[in-house]
Amino acid sequence: MNERYVDRLSRTDRDVILTLVPEGVTVLDLGCGDCSLLAELAVKRKIRGTGVDIRGDQLVDGLAHGFNVYQGNLDEGLADFPDKAYDYVILNQTLQVVKNPLLVLTEMLRIGRFGIVGFPNFAQWRLRSGLFFGGRAPKSPALPFEWYNTPNIRVLSIRDFFDYCHRQSIQVAQERYLMAGRWLRRAPLAATNLLAHIGLFVITRN
Amino acid sequence: MDRNSVGIVTPQKFTFGSLEDPMVLESGRTLGPVEIVYETYGQPNADRSNAILICHALSGNHHAAGYHDPHDPQTGWWDTMIGPGKAFDTNRYWMICANIIGGCKGSTGPVSIDPATGKPYGLTFPIVTIGDMVEAQKRLIDHLGITRLYSIAGGSMGGFQVLEWALRYPQMVRSAMCIASAARLSAQAIAFNSVGRSAITRDPEWREGAYDGKGPEHGLATARMVGHITYLSEMLLDTKFGRRLQSANRLSYNFTTEFAIEGYLDHKGSAFTQRFDANSYLYITKAMDYFDISRSYGPLKEAFVSVTARCLFVSYSSDWLFPTSQTKEMVRALLSNGKPVSFIEIDSPYGHDAFLVEVEKLSRIVSGFLSGVPQEVAA
Repeated sequence: MNERYVDRLSRTDRDVILTLVPEGVTVLDLGCGDCSLLAELAVKRKIRGTGVDIRGDQLVDGLAHGFNVYQGNLDEGLADFPDKAYDYVILNQTLQVVKNPLLVLTEMLRIGRFGIVGFPNFAQWRLRSGLFFGGRAPKSPALPFEWYNTPNIRVLSIRDFFDYCHRQSIQVAQERYLMAGRWLRRAPLAATNLLAHIGLFVITRN
Repeated sequence: MDRNSVGIVTPQKFTFGSLEDPMVLESGRTLGPVEIVYETYGQPNADRSNAILICHALSGNHHAAGYHDPHDPQTGWWDTMIGPGKAFDTNRYWMICANIIGGCKGSTGPVSIDPATGKPYGLTFPIVTIGDMVEAQKRLIDHLGITRLYSIAGGSMGGFQVLEWALRYPQMVRSAMCIASAARLSAQAIAFNSVGRSAITRDPEWREGAYDGKGPEHGLATARMVGHITYLSEMLLDTKFGRRLQSANRLSYNFTTEFAIEGYLDHKGSAFTQRFDANSYLYITKAMDYFDISRSYGPLKEAFVSVTARCLFVSYSSDWLFPTSQTKEMVRALLSNGKPVSFIEIDSPYGHDAFLVEVEKLSRIVSGFLSGVPQEVAA
């Protein structure tokens, strides 16, 4: 049941990303898997895309879709990609699984004019109460893992993300929050940090 | 015969140039007439836009798929990749593979008869480069009525030819696959080639290249033994042979072939002398050593400006002869020019040889890449 819930989430955050990407732009998708997001963007937004993933076997599907793919480890940076090579660099549900998230964010905004970052909010009330009342490592429908097998090694909240962007002079151009099963465009930080399962942001250094 | 085989194939010949009108080589010397032996698999479509050229490596040849003889179980060197329903699907693509010039399998090389003297060229054969090999292939592709290759693929030295094609004739190459290759040989790789050539030229039977018959078999076998080590990986040698002895359990305390790895290399070395010419080995390894995109076309970033093909680069994790870092150097140069390029590193214990033996992953990548080549925009 958890899996299905997560599937539904991931499908809806893809829909939101579709609305955030303008028509006809170039897109680099970091942690692209089989390039299915790029494929959808190509059909619906007419983008030209490149996918990066650490798993080469998944990238093969992207090749067959006609995308350029690059097998690489985000934690090692993306030095092979030149500055401002893409309009948009997408990092969806990947920030929390990398070892060097700051390097990845820096590289995103070096390579792309805009970045789209989506991550689970670890300060969502269910996780807070699980930790506070249950005294156990946080779990939720969006984060169904045990402490020993979770791929999410970077635990951040929406407030943490805003703090980081502020310190780094990164501008948050657009924000979207999944709260109570619906996507909201804007809400006070106190509310989003408590209620949002997932935050999705368009960031830029412009 | 497996039903996905291209079946019995017959090599064909194409000749161009003559004594009076020879091919001018990169060195400035001339060669003519030039004969090219090649094979094709599958059928051309109406406008011959489905042709894919396969470029072979150092010890390869034009026989890339199928059988020459129904009684000979030996298939072409990339038979696992080429055939109906295979990665290079001969139901869709018209596959072409030609023996390089300088080779010893039928295309003009040091074993060919020099028309000026009526004797084998031997060392009077001019040095040929990767560029010269590609130039000869270009004549063949023109002769076959192909204006633009759907794709071109090759591993190792075959990858050199792929790169040379993409740089020399960008308008003729729609997509290019460069596998386990590099923009130039590393000093280490030149060193191994040099040892191989020394083994040949120091064999008294070499006779300054003017040998008759068997020639410097010991030298050539040693060259192949050294080469073969560079095609494998430490891990593979360890798992396949370890310190195992060939037959006895006890040490023999003499210099016979004792360890299993010794026996294996001995076998590879002597088998090679049955199918390869020593002078040809000298010429081809020299061509590899000379290959250097930057020397011919400038720094990689500038060199690749002219490339228009959709490119795919594949490397293998345990390949230390053509390491992933050398592949990525080319990928970076293409990316910095905004070129359409893909890169995948296949995790494999087989070293450089992986591109010939570990074809399952490569098959998926190649067929995916081929189906993703953008359709030609109608003029």
